[in-house]
Amino acid sequence: MNLIVCVKQVPGSTDVKINPETNTLVREGVEAIINPFDLYAVEEAVTLKEKFGGNVTSLSMGPPQAAEALKETLSVGVDEGVLLSDRNFSGSDTLATSYTLARAVKKIGEYDMILCGYQAIDGDTAQVGPGIAEELGIPCVTYVKKIREVKDGVVILERMLETGFQVIEVKLPVLITVVKDINTPRLPSLRGKMKARKAEIPVWTAADIACEMDRIGQPGSPTWVRKIFAPPQKTSGRMLSGEISQQAKEITEELKHLQLI
Amino acid sequence: MDYFLTEEQKEIVEIASLVGKEKIVPVMEECDENERFPTEVYEEFAKSDLCGVAIPEVYGGLGFGAFEQVLVVEELCRYDAGIGLALAATGLGTLPILLMGTEEQKKKFLPGIASGKTITAFGLTEAGAGSDAGAMKTTAVKDGDSYILNGSKCFITNGGDAHLYTVIAKTDPSKGSRGASAFIVEKGTPGFSFGKKEKKLGIRSSSTREIVFTDCRIPKENLISREGMGFIVALQTLDNSRPGVASQALGIAQGALDDAAKYSRERIQFGAPISSIQAVAHLLADMATKTEAARALIYQTAKMIDAGCKNFKKEASMSKLFASDAAMEVTTNAIQVMGGYGYMKDYPTERRFRDAKITQIYEGTNQIQRNEIANALLKEYR
Repeated sequence: MNLIVCVKQVPGSTDVKINPETNTLVREGVEAIINPFDLYAVEEAVTLKEKFGGNVTSLSMGPPQAAEALKETLSVGVDEGVLLSDRNFSGSDTLATSYTLARAVKKIGEYDMILCGYQAIDGDTAQVGPGIAEELGIPCVTYVKKIREVKDGVVILERMLETGFQVIEVKLPVLITVVKDINTPRLPSLRGKMKARKAEIPVWTAADIACEMDRIGQPGSPTWVRKIFAPPQKTSGRMLSGEISQQAKEITEELKHLQLI
Repeated sequence: MDYFLTEEQKEIVEIASLVGKEKIVPVMEECDENERFPTEVYEEFAKSDLCGVAIPEVYGGLGFGAFEQVLVVEELCRYDAGIGLALAATGLGTLPILLMGTEEQKKKFLPGIASGKTITAFGLTEAGAGSDAGAMKTTAVKDGDSYILNGSKCFITNGGDAHLYTVIAKTDPSKGSRGASAFIVEKGTPGFSFGKKEKKLGIRSSSTREIVFTDCRIPKENLISREGMGFIVALQTLDNSRPGVASQALGIAQGALDDAAKYSRERIQFGAPISSIQAVAHLLADMATKTEAARALIYQTAKMIDAGCKNFKKEASMSKLFASDAAMEVTTNAIQVMGGYGYMKDYPTERRFRDAKITQIYEGTNQIQRNEIANALLKEYR
């Protein structure tokens, strides 16, 4: 099986700053990690490769230092990494990002499955996975918690729902986004780590993957962020005590006072 | 202190640390409490390639040396010395094959050890033969293409859990120490069984067990080196393994220093962290100095081995002696810094204290080490 796994480098800290002019995250000087949900996608891809043979390519769009995230995937069994990096990609929203990643997938060519984490911990949108599938015109299954079987060009998956799970049979090639129930990501091995250090990560620009320039970066991003702000801290509530009827009276008074009823 | 580790050596420490944090920490208390051998953690060592660090690449290892092995053992034992010992004792059991085994033996056994599938143990000590190894009673009698082993070995680290045992037995009891030979015995060989599993003060997650030979027939191909070379094999093995046991002690000391230093900055008494009390700070200063001195001694000895120095016996004994005495002192004082809390099982420090004691005893007591050091030293003044 040829597998492509998409990873995103995200701030490793919850102490993030926002650029007030661009309304985007300040990524400089912040420790960067692989989006934790993507690690499950990496693990699943490597497990599938170990079972069925083939090749795993990890793919990321980001600044040059995102090559480190790709190297980290090599240390846990991914065969090669490709970084999409170009000034023209900056300011991409989920639509432009999906388009760009899809262009890279087309350049990679043959694949049976694309795996993504179900969402990134910085944006929490969960849109890029499905966006790539849409752009490529292939089926997409989100929130996959188990791959039951792969045979004869078909994969049987379990998709997590709020009240149980759905069993889905889908033709390859397919894009899946995975949840953390799917596996336990392995630790890097020494051999993997050494291989990763020596690896050269190829960098593809917009020209390399033949992007339409009005579909990438800020021009290709219809999302308009009006304002980003830290939500006000919740104050602790007030506990009522005493007779139930008295408490009911108090709460009614309070709600009336706040003009909520 | 900066030891100017190479990128590869830094990666080895990083991987060992990651395995320690992610795989040892969650089970170490339970393994200590229940005296349980951490089979699943050993599998993690294997997956991370830590089992083959010091085995040549041609036999499936990573081709590093004594220094890198020391780095691994130190880092694992910084988390738990009993669990780290599973790997260190496999190193010990592997040394006879690595140092003096035939090409066929290396090809047959080393790949399994490097991949982590084979756990090994070393069998020298007997009930009546501790420091006086020459008093051993286990015999190996040649019978056609086989040797037949009879007798028992006690206090064998990894005993029962190991798949492969390198064992010293007398092939000619009339020749004294020149009448011993070294053998490889595989678990499952008829006549090879396990006796009493010891209950211990420390390193409780490590299995320590009696191994018993009753007309145990092994092929003559499992003889290491030649007949009569048993004690040479044993002594060379122990010389080479001393930096290993020393690094176990070093890991224990470093772990205890970490516990105590961290605690001293958090614990408030008389309105300030106890680290600001000079009596406490001086304890920490001495602990750090002893630990660092042990590290420098061990690292340099390991580098001597890797550089191919023939004569490192004295330095190997010094490393083992100094590091284990340091571990005992540092763990004692770590508890002293932490007071009542250090004595309780809520912190790992009391476990480190219990674990430290064995490092002064096994693989040659510290009194034997002093004999070795004095012998080597006085030869220099002859």
